[in-house]
Amino acid sequence: MVSPNLPENLGGAAAELPAARSLNDVVIRLAGNSQDGIQTIGGFLARLAGRSDQDVMTYMTIPSTISGGPSIFQVRMGTGDILSAGDSADFLVAFYQHSYQSHIESLRPGGVLIYDKDHVTPNPDDKRFIAVGVPITTGTVEAVGGTGKDKGKNIYVLGLIARVFNLDVEKLSNLIRERFGGKSDDLVRNAMLAFDAGYAWPGESIRDIFVRFDTAAAAPASGRPQVTMDGNTALTYGLIAAGVRHGAGYPITPWSSIMEVLRSELQKYGGVFVQAEDELAAISYALGFSYAGRLAVTGSSGPGLSLKMEALGWGVMAEIPLIVINVQRGGPSTGMPTNVEQSDLLQAIHGSHGDAPRVVLAPKNVEECFYVALEAARIARTYSTPVVILTDQALATRIEAFEEPDLAALMVDSTPDLSERPADFKPYPLDRITRHAPPGSRFASNVFPTVTGLEHDEMGHPTGSPALHRKMTAKRREKIKALGNSLPVPEVFGDAEGEVLIVGWGSTFGPAREALQRLRAGGTTGGQLHLMHLNPLPPGLEAIFLRYRLVLVVELNDEGLYGYGQLATLLRARYAMPHIRSITKTDGLTFKVAEIIEGVSHHAAYGKLRDTR
Amino acid sequence: MSTVAPLTDAAPAARAPLTKKALTADHPTWCPGCGDFAVLASFYRVLEKLNLPHENIVTMAGIGCSSRFPYFVNTHGGHFIHGRSLPFSAGISLGRDDLHVFVFGGDGDGFSIGGNHLDHVARKNVNLTYVIMDNSVYGLTKKQTSPTSPLGFKTKTDPTGAIDQPVNPMRKLLDSGATFVARSHATQVNHMIEMMTRAAKHEGFSVVEILSECVEFFPGAFDAGNPRKGGAFQLIEEKKHDGSPEDAARHDPTDELAAFRLAAQPWPGPFGVFYEVKRPTKNQLEAELIAKAKERTKHASDLAMLQATFARVR
Repeated sequence: MVSPNLPENLGGAAAELPAARSLNDVVIRLAGNSQDGIQTIGGFLARLAGRSDQDVMTYMTIPSTISGGPSIFQVRMGTGDILSAGDSADFLVAFYQHSYQSHIESLRPGGVLIYDKDHVTPNPDDKRFIAVGVPITTGTVEAVGGTGKDKGKNIYVLGLIARVFNLDVEKLSNLIRERFGGKSDDLVRNAMLAFDAGYAWPGESIRDIFVRFDTAAAAPASGRPQVTMDGNTALTYGLIAAGVRHGAGYPITPWSSIMEVLRSELQKYGGVFVQAEDELAAISYALGFSYAGRLAVTGSSGPGLSLKMEALGWGVMAEIPLIVINVQRGGPSTGMPTNVEQSDLLQAIHGSHGDAPRVVLAPKNVEECFYVALEAARIARTYSTPVVILTDQALATRIEAFEEPDLAALMVDSTPDLSERPADFKPYPLDRITRHAPPGSRFASNVFPTVTGLEHDEMGHPTGSPALHRKMTAKRREKIKALGNSLPVPEVFGDAEGEVLIVGWGSTFGPAREALQRLRAGGTTGGQLHLMHLNPLPPGLEAIFLRYRLVLVVELNDEGLYGYGQLATLLRARYAMPHIRSITKTDGLTFKVAEIIEGVSHHAAYGKLRDTR
Repeated sequence: MSTVAPLTDAAPAARAPLTKKALTADHPTWCPGCGDFAVLASFYRVLEKLNLPHENIVTMAGIGCSSRFPYFVNTHGGHFIHGRSLPFSAGISLGRDDLHVFVFGGDGDGFSIGGNHLDHVARKNVNLTYVIMDNSVYGLTKKQTSPTSPLGFKTKTDPTGAIDQPVNPMRKLLDSGATFVARSHATQVNHMIEMMTRAAKHEGFSVVEILSECVEFFPGAFDAGNPRKGGAFQLIEEKKHDGSPEDAARHDPTDELAAFRLAAQPWPGPFGVFYEVKRPTKNQLEAELIAKAKERTKHASDLAMLQATFARVR
């Protein structure tokens, strides 16, 4: 799918325009300041699309300043698969002069600029767009009145957009009531006044840009309805479905919203989430919960994961199940806290000290944020191991619609196994995978285990034996390898062999898929392989890689000292194949489809298997 | 705390009393003459007296000589990382109300690398018992300055004598927000047993600091508190509230200021219960939040609640 697909003749001032056109894929960018509530209306639009069984994806930036600062929310709605938030916008709403100046270039030629006449003076010589001035601020003040000043102009704009796109007013009104209804009647009344004023803004002058948003084509894949949420929320409820009832964390952007929701939600499920004094304490609490038989979660973003590393090493050594979430952001150090990056992969796999193999997973989209939590919990319990989930800022904050999970089939019982352990029970058996026996379990031998971070024998006694350290190191390694061998061979999308295989992980899935579709439409043969299991890798990759002339790994991190991104580095080390190459970038923004296509052309332009770096 | 589902049957019938034999595990690896032996022996006696269900006792520790403790006690237990045994143990306590959690550690674990955790787990008043075996020196790493090493004490990291002001353990513990704070001496077995027993029975975060001599690297450190070495084991007399004139001079353990005054006494200072108050534990407060939440959701099943959540975002 190539965005946008507005009729070609829309841009020309001289063109004869019908009163309303039909559209089934649109990108709207709202640009203002963070306190204007543009996330709120962006969220409404996304929810509306979800309710109408449209596919939807959003993208937003939030400033890392304490209050205020420029902020955008981009929502793309359409029928069929929406894979990315869109490279360029069809509609731009600019609240301020700086919004106009910063984002006008993101509007495609022929696109529509709606600007607040009270704050924005567009360049009169710029004829590339259809510019429509609306007195958003004064219109809102007149409509709402009172002392609220221009509060509510976001809802005014929502009304305007509803009019332009002929959106379902009843559904939107319901969403507004649901959002504000719990607070006060005044709020709902003011919001509806602002909405109606925006909707009723004299249509004559914007009649030209009226669009009928085509909802007819959409149909749910199964009998289950669509749900709409952001990635952090999906991950949070995935954990609850997975039977996780305990956890601990320390606030850090963009992880915090997970711990905020868990803190209140887990109480309903009889659990406890602790706000700890620091990251080290947070993972310690979580390991304590898990040791006690309550599989627990802790999480953070980049710097916080580094702080957790010592205790993570203990979890590997003592073989305690644990889920660690890392919502990646731009690093190192405080870096770019509200931007996206995939630069913690090697930290997640190799961080901590000593030989400490653990499991690392990454969800590809919001829907998979839910399912990855279930997979992490399954692995943590079955293999008695810490599991790291690598999500990122873009996934955390963007909203997508997806088919409601079959909760009745998926819910996991979280009762710990406190059955009496037989006389021959060993806490760290060399011939099988460790199964942690939580306190409260009786032992037929009446000998209770000490779990430990010291190297130990099968009974958990400390040992300095060189042979035992070798055997136990192998034991911890082999169980992770056993997990790898048990995984299914991942499916390749597109051509089963050909010129290029695009490999990715995490949130690059959508743009990579869209890029591949465009390449194939242009005659390139290619496939896409997207990995959720990053450590251990699933089986069968070697055979897949050999079927393509180029294997290009797309990731949001630096090419490093030797010219390869972090997953590419791992794949080259693992498979020793010179045709594995990298497409990376470090601007803190999600990949545009065009950037991936450009990367593919760059590599394809060089000779066969010649390493060009 | 009634967190998830009740896990163990309340009182198993006709359980054999816990004996020292049943509680003994590996032979301690401490140096001969180490004060920690007496602490271990006292702990066996405490467990015998309390006679808790054997499988519900958890013995935890961090890193250091004293933190080898769990290997020598036959209960469920763990040997965690340096300084972080308190938040780990708090997780055990908050996750499982049926367990009895004891944490052992040294002065480095408690006052140096784990100092921040001590403050926060104490102020949260998590229900567990913490025993600090203070030897005023880093023993496992062979004689470096510890946070309680006295000024002038010569170590490998301070060959000309320690220059950094040492921590006053009792003042630090009182300030942390612990609801039971006591002090003992490893040469006074009966006193240790009494203090640890009272700490174990206290509901909330209870801590006992025990001066436990390192015969290898700081011999004689605590002689001033040992009558057999010419010192004085000065006991804190607690108020009996009997209206007698002598009672007025006795210590009121609920009086925080009086406790701080005791902590300010010159070395070796008094031994006994400095502070003991009742304050809701985090375990209780979390249980209340759970009870309220369950009331609000009308005790709906986990599945029904999650389905309702998803229905709201359709």
